[in-house]
Amino acid sequence: MRSAVSSKIALVIYLIALMLPVYWLINLSLRTNADIMSGLALWPHHPTLEKYRAIFDDPTWVHAFGVSLSYVAINTVISVAVALPAAYAFNRYHFIGDKHLFFWLFTNLMAPSAVFALPFFNLFYAVGLFDTVWAVALAHCLFNVPLAVWILEGFVGGVPREIDETAAIDGYSFPRFFIRLFLPLIANGIGVTAFFCFMFSWVEQLLATTLTSSNALPFAAVMTRSYSASGMDWSLLAAAGVLTMVPGAVVIWFVRNHIAKGFALGRV
Amino acid sequence: MARITLDGIGHAYTSHPRSDADYALKPLHHVWEQGMAYALLGPSGCGKTTLLNIISGLIIPSAGRLLFDDRDVTRLPTEQRNIAQVFQFPVIYDTMTVAENLAFPLRNRKMPKAAIQARVAEVAAMLELTPDLHRRARGLTADAKQKVSLGRGLVRSDVSAVLFDEPLTVIDPALKWELRSKLKAVHRALDLLMIYVTHDQTEALTFADRVVVMNDGRAVQIGTPEELFERPEHTFVGYFIGSPGMNLLPARISGNRAYIGSNEISLGAAYPTLTETTNLQIGIRPDFVTLSSTGGAEVQVRRVDDFGRKRLAHVTLGGLPLVATVPLDMPSVGTAACVNFDASHVLVYQNDIRVEGVAA
Amino acid sequence: MMDKPWNNRAWLFVLPVLALVLFSSIVPMMTVVNYSLQDSMGVNNFFWNGDAWFRDLLDPSTEIGARFADALLRTFAFSAAALAVEVPLGIAIALCLPRRGWAVGISLVIIALPMLIPWNVVGTIWQIFARADIGLFGAALTGIGLPYNVTQDSVSAWVTIVVIDVWHWTPLVILLSYAGLRAIPDAYYQAARIDGASRWAVFVNIELPKLQKVLVIAVLLRFMQTFMIYTEPVVVTGGGPGSATTFLSIDLVKIAIGQVDVGSAAAMSLVYYIIILTACWIFFTIMTQLDRRRDA
Repeated sequence: MRSAVSSKIALVIYLIALMLPVYWLINLSLRTNADIMSGLALWPHHPTLEKYRAIFDDPTWVHAFGVSLSYVAINTVISVAVALPAAYAFNRYHFIGDKHLFFWLFTNLMAPSAVFALPFFNLFYAVGLFDTVWAVALAHCLFNVPLAVWILEGFVGGVPREIDETAAIDGYSFPRFFIRLFLPLIANGIGVTAFFCFMFSWVEQLLATTLTSSNALPFAAVMTRSYSASGMDWSLLAAAGVLTMVPGAVVIWFVRNHIAKGFALGRV
Repeated sequence: MARITLDGIGHAYTSHPRSDADYALKPLHHVWEQGMAYALLGPSGCGKTTLLNIISGLIIPSAGRLLFDDRDVTRLPTEQRNIAQVFQFPVIYDTMTVAENLAFPLRNRKMPKAAIQARVAEVAAMLELTPDLHRRARGLTADAKQKVSLGRGLVRSDVSAVLFDEPLTVIDPALKWELRSKLKAVHRALDLLMIYVTHDQTEALTFADRVVVMNDGRAVQIGTPEELFERPEHTFVGYFIGSPGMNLLPARISGNRAYIGSNEISLGAAYPTLTETTNLQIGIRPDFVTLSSTGGAEVQVRRVDDFGRKRLAHVTLGGLPLVATVPLDMPSVGTAACVNFDASHVLVYQNDIRVEGVAA
Repeated sequence: MMDKPWNNRAWLFVLPVLALVLFSSIVPMMTVVNYSLQDSMGVNNFFWNGDAWFRDLLDPSTEIGARFADALLRTFAFSAAALAVEVPLGIAIALCLPRRGWAVGISLVIIALPMLIPWNVVGTIWQIFARADIGLFGAALTGIGLPYNVTQDSVSAWVTIVVIDVWHWTPLVILLSYAGLRAIPDAYYQAARIDGASRWAVFVNIELPKLQKVLVIAVLLRFMQTFMIYTEPVVVTGGGPGSATTFLSIDLVKIAIGQVDVGSAAAMSLVYYIIILTACWIFFTIMTQLDRRRDA
């Protein structure tokens, strides 16, 4: 096609532009502060892993990384587990108030974290969960559970209803049908949903930092805190920033083949 | 307005075809004559859609040349070939009305407005779409949408050929007949070269002047519906055309006689050209094998299918399955009976290819 | 789609979701409502204040009212600016992506990466990147003689925040559009070629109509997210210079936590929430309409 070359060029330019800020961060993370302040350099002339070593040697950082991963994992498991039957119900049945309920869930997906920050603080403080990974994991359910329901509903809709009926005729009990037959059919959808829950729980910082103080402080928050404490340690900041991108990059790599369909939430 | 020549056209989907088996379409020579209606008939995966897409330019063949009249168009992009094509599933432009859909190919070619309008009205009338002309195409039924697709294929009067890729798949059976005869009428009216891909023999035989039977990437026979029925050049054609297909029985041939086990069958001709005696078969349509209570080769009757106007008996002759016609005056059929072969309709095949006989 | 059976036992399936979301939504929401109707004199000493907070908030002649109106306007302007860039750019890039081949996976991974970076890290990346002394973006802009300064100049700050959002979230529009484009059967493109349609005609008559649904999702998600933007401006500009990039969320947190003015903050939260709810409802209605039209 005549436009094939120009669209390839446009794509490559876009991808480069997209990667430049990330590249710059990596560049800075491999240089010392003195080196950084001495002037711009398009690539590190004397690359050093010193700051990465510093991060891995400091128990606060390592602990915070574990904290982040654990609340994300807890949240993902809870969200997907409760959303599965709900998505099935919304897609397959009419029941009293179904439309209103779905819309109400949907609005929570859009709930601004800023509105909830203060009341959440009070709530979790009152029930004694403040500064634990559970506080963050539960708070993120606010938007991740509705999101999971919404995505899974799209994928459930992709499975023909005849399958349910055939299974019933073949004498499968409902729980057995749901676990043995139905879940494998929407395995892709479950993967995509887990990916989204991971993503939004991993990137959300407003609630995560409001609901924790020292014990369960997320990695990305430790990073900004250390930055303000130690003045202008750009190099350390950059190295920590690079590390926060690693889990995301790893997860995307696993879902790369479903990513486009996944972002359309099973709705194309 | 053209004659289309396939000069050794073949196609392989792998980039470096090594053997014959790599070719989805084996190299083929054929001339499609202006004004004729052809059908490409064969089972799924036989290469018929590949051939169609080569003609329309959606696929560039890996071998051979494609000529429109005397112009080589092998590598020409679709839009410069002057071809119309109708696909299996309705393709309509959602945002346009039916009239705009029909006008689209003409507008893209900068035809004057008045001429477009006249032509759209004409095609719409042929396909009985006139009442729907100003409706959104999106809201139509699948049948009507496919009619719009057909209309877009037929709206250009200057095309070299109109290609149909199983266009009636989504159409309701009752409507299929109607649309097919409509297409036939349109063909007569417009005097266009039409090529129609289908796996349905009734569709092919009723629509086309010439049928190309394809199997496994090869055109096994090209002929009129009558020729395909009367003189299948290949056992595949015999078996694929007709319902049920031709009876094929391994046999020995000697002079103008064929032998199946101990049964002797007389042939309408002698086959002195046969030098080898291996892989010989005789073929005969069930219509020309008649069941009788006495006289002829003895068979065991397994079952009789009653189609109302005719009855067919499934029998075994010397252990080989055979289908025979039960005559109207034969009231009941027992388990043992005899069959008679109409000698002039017995054909001889060696290695699946028909062997020409010599009048005895 | 239309003949779903009635079954009220389906409520049992929805119960866990309901319990969880009620806990994390209604309970905090009631606290907010509570605050919004009371005034406090020190800790745990509340008294009824009626609709006073709301009246102040919605009256532009009061200080808080003017502040709220400004922040609201700014937030809408920001949403509009971000959407105006992201949607066309996202569609354009999606059209440039190859439909198959080895390049697809790699391109998609690169495109999705910005969305998986924690939001304050996104802020940090750009805080560094936009600095004139150590950042490539800032250095390049000042290098060509532009008066670029994120902390001093409000135009620079605005442009930077919009650029960050475009960098961060155009990928979402790309991935949605790409999924939509991939779902168009090949026959449509083949038919268009045979009909002699130009590239533009293919876009307008085939691609755009087929993208309608995913684009509605894209616009909805992007509107909501831009309307709630918080972390990136806080890190990069701190809402400044002055209050140039103080969007609603930022102002809300400033009032609630910075000034401990819980009543105003709560009233503001509710008004904010109602705006979101309204927008949500409009989009939701459009989407179900589209669904119905497709099924019909």
